This record gives sequence, structure tokens and C-alpha cells, in this order.
Amino acid sequence: MKISVVDVEQVARLARLELTFEEKELFATQMDAILDYVEKLKELNTEGIIPTSHAVPMENAFREDLVMPSIGLAKALANAPGRSDNFFSVPKVIE
Amino acid sequence: MKYQPVIGLEVHVQLKTDTKIFCGCSTQFGAEPNSQTCPVCLGLPGALPVLNKKVVEFAIKAGLSTNCSITPRSIFARKNYFYPDLPKGYQISQFEDPICQHGWLDIKVEGQEPKKIGITRIHMEEDAGKLVHGELSGSGDGSGVDLNRACTPLLEVVSEPDLRTSDEAVSYLKQLHGIVTWLGICDGNMEEGSFRCDANVSVMPIGSEKLGTRAEIKNVNSFKFVKQAIEYEIQRQIDLIEDGGTVIQETRLFDPNSGKTRSMRSKEEAHDYRYFPDPDLVPLVINQEWVERSRQELPELPDKRQQRFIDELGLPLYDAEVLNGSRVLADYFEAGVAAHGNAKLVANWVMGEITRALNDSGTSIEFSPVTPSQLAELLKLVDKGTISGKIAKTVFDEMWKSGKTPGAIVEEHGLVQVSDCSAIEGIIDEIMAANAGQVEEFRGGKEKVFGFFVGQVMKASKGKANPSVVNELLINKLKG
Repeated sequence: MKISVVDVEQVARLARLELTFEEKELFATQMDAILDYVEKLKELNTEGIIPTSHAVPMENAFREDLVMPSIGLAKALANAPGRSDNFFSVPKVIE
Repeated sequence: MKYQPVIGLEVHVQLKTDTKIFCGCSTQFGAEPNSQTCPVCLGLPGALPVLNKKVVEFAIKAGLSTNCSITPRSIFARKNYFYPDLPKGYQISQFEDPICQHGWLDIKVEGQEPKKIGITRIHMEEDAGKLVHGELSGSGDGSGVDLNRACTPLLEVVSEPDLRTSDEAVSYLKQLHGIVTWLGICDGNMEEGSFRCDANVSVMPIGSEKLGTRAEIKNVNSFKFVKQAIEYEIQRQIDLIEDGGTVIQETRLFDPNSGKTRSMRSKEEAHDYRYFPDPDLVPLVINQEWVERSRQELPELPDKRQQRFIDELGLPLYDAEVLNGSRVLADYFEAGVAAHGNAKLVANWVMGEITRALNDSGTSIEFSPVTPSQLAELLKLVDKGTISGKIAKTVFDEMWKSGKTPGAIVEEHGLVQVSDCSAIEGIIDEIMAANAGQVEEFRGGKEKVFGFFVGQVMKASKGKANPSVVNELLINKLKG
């Protein structure tokens, strides 16, 4: 096993996920299988091949620098879990 | 043991576009919180970011002006972390293959040879939102999030750890600030955060090859504070090591009130940003043709223009430096030279009367009520002998106030210089008669009183007498 429960816990913590012990074990096995599969690709000769960053062969999608209407305060804040004045309110952030 | 400080800077340059980097929301400063937002910059599910072409053009210009190479194929990446001002839970940035790489700037510190400072990379990214604390109705002691600034385009310019002193750091920053404002890609306003700097500082024993552990000082928003923060941090690290302690890698915040840096506990956790290519944004391909087109569009940079002012216009270094303080000032000066011809005379006026009038009225040069061609017109009146150099200053003040042409003012106020000998002789005779004592003194060898007579004649003529005619006639008369 390349992936341990400790590795899964680390990734879960970075993603703010709470997992049960059973889940951690399950994911460790699954992630291990994924890595094994990727490992297999190393058998191929990839010399001179640009790393794939995108699945679709497309480049240069631009927009011009023209102001478009924003959606407005009512819509912007409609789904806010908390609101005070026109701000999203969140638990106090200390620096 | 003596220590060698090592400093590297990361500068965030806010780009002067009308819209955000990935959506059409306005970037106008000071709007009602959250009024300039849309699904893209709010980070709503399913929204698709699309790159603002102007951001790319600005980035290329910044790269070319800092001797970088432009990456033919660059990609955007997601930088993953959680913070309340970051709605998506990741910042769109560039990691591998940033748009500009391997550049440098020449810096000049007084009393030192010019020094080359490497630029590792320049990449494009989006800004986060703004957090406000306290004084929110009904929020208890919570914080508020304003996402107007979220998705505002930034360039991050990362230097090599080539800087050795706080003065070098400030010189590098001023140089970079000058370039981005000159290019017109950033408004350069440090207080509003349009140009902000993080400093990586470490110290190592002199002669050592191995860099010390660095601390990162966040968001220092003036040249003065950068100097203070770096100097404080260098001393703190030296003291710590001398006392047998070790510097830890951490993020620190500079407090301008105390002049000290302090540890930011909230950022203590070691970061693992898990960068990966952003599937929403396709690769950016910049061919040689595009790079060349941008190069053609570049304005002449301050360094080159300064040298040209010295070589071609014959200005002293000091004048060339002052006039290149900003691009608009240099443009104004050059328009004046084009209309008049005498570069040194125009330079004196721009650095003298114009600058004084701008300061007095709190105006900046682009709003000067006196245009370069009007200034040239005024100076031509002096050249022709129509008015004296002294009266020209009076006319200038009137031009500034009323916006009238110099010709009209001279005519209206009867300021034409008097060069007519008989008229001036008449005045001289009256003054000599009224000041017989001083005439005797002069004739007795006290030549200093000559200045007194010149002053009296100029005063009596209300400054309109031609000074060289006055001098000549006075000498003859006094020597009798």
C-alpha cells in the first residue's frame, strides 16, 4: 500500500472533510488503485510529449475588456448563509 | 559573526483594466459592497471564467519591459486553500509555465555601481475579496465579506533573492513601480493596494553559501514601510541567532505604528496548495507575431528616454531625471520643446514655474491650464524681446488663472517691454535727480549701489524696461 490512512486524513483535512474510519480505509484502498494505474503509464515512452493540461484540444478563449452588467445586490446576496448590511457575514476572522 | 541579509520580493500589481480578469464585472473602486459581482466572481457552481484579453496584453508589456521572455504556451492553475475572502475555495493563478520568465531590472543605489536584479517570473492571477471587521449591523462580532475586488486582475512579479539591503529593495520597487505606471497598466496607488509588496527576508553568516531560513513579511504598502520592515526583520533575525535561537519559516505582518513585524498565527499552518491545471481555462498560446506587435506598442521607457534627453536634447542628468518623474510630465516637456526649440529653457520653466504652480494649486500636470504650446508661445515673446523674462512670470501667473493666451494678456495689461532709449533715459534722469547721494557714492567708487539704480528703474517702469538697455544707459549716465 502506497497510501496510508494517515495520507487520507491529511488530504481530508486540507479539503475540510470529516471521514469515518471505514471511509478512510476504503479511500486509501481506492486511491492506491488509482496510483497503481498511473504507475502503469510510466511503462510508456513519453519523451517529447507535452504534459496534457486539458482534455479538449483548444487554446486562446478570450473576452474583450468590456463592462457587462453585474447581477445586482439582491441576487448576489440571495443565497448568503448570513448577511449584514450588504456584506456576506462570516465568523470573525482574526489576523 | 557578521551576517549577510538576503532579500527577495514578490510584488502584486493590480492591472488597470475596466473589467475583472475572468468576467465582465466592473473593477471601479469604491462601489457599494458586493454590487459588482456575478456568478463567476461569486464562485457559484457552473459558472465559466473567460480570460480578459487586455490582461494578457498588459502582462506581455510588463514582461518585455523587464527583460523577460514570454512563454509561448502558458496555463492557468488552481491554488487551493480555504479563506472567507476566497469564494471558490481556490484562486486561479499560474504555477508551471507562467506568462513571463527569466527577466531582470537594473537598480541604482546612491554610492553603488548599478546592479542587476533577476526576475524569476511574472504570472497572472485573480485577487481575493475584501474582509471588513466590526461595526456591521446585526453581525455581532463577525466579519463581513465584500466580493467586489474578487477576480480583479493582478500580476505577481517575483524577484530572485538578489537583493542585499533595504535600500536595494526600495530601489528595485521604485524601478518596477515606475515601469508599470509608465506603461499605463497600473495606477500605482499603494495606499489603495494597487501595488503591494511581500518581502522574503533571511540572513546568513558572511561567506556562507547556504541561505538562512526566511520569513515572509506580508502586504507592506509604502516604500518607507518596506525599508523599515526589512531593517527590523534583519535585526530581529540576527538578534535571535546571536541569542542561540533559530529563525523559523513563517508569515509575518508589519505594523507601521510600532515599526515591528509580528508572527501571523492564522497562517502558521504549513501550506499545501495542491496546484493543478484549471480545466475551465484553455491554454494560452502567444506566438512571436503577438510578442512583436506588443513590442512595437511599448512606449519609450523612462531609462531610455532619460538618456535621450541627455544625448539629444543636451540636458543635464538632474533635469533629465526630474522630467522623467512621470510619463505625462516627460510628454508635456517634449511637446513644449517641439513647439519652442530651446530644450534647456523649456526644462527650466517646466521644473520651475509650472511645477510651482502645480504644487500651489494641488493639480497634476495632465490638468495644467497652461498647455505646452501656450508655454512655448510665452517663451517666444521673451525671445523676441516683446516682454522681459521677469514680466513673463507675471504673464504666466495670469495665463494659469484666466486661461488666456500670453499675447492677449500682454496687450490687455500693457506689459510690452520698453526698449526705447529716450523713454528709459527719462526715467533714469528722474531717479538720478531724486537720489543724488547715491549718485555721489557710485562716482566715489562704491559700485554696489549700481544694483540699487537698476532696481529703481525697473520699479518705476513697472518691470517693463528692457534690462539690457537699462544696464547700458545707466552705466553711461552714472559715469557721467
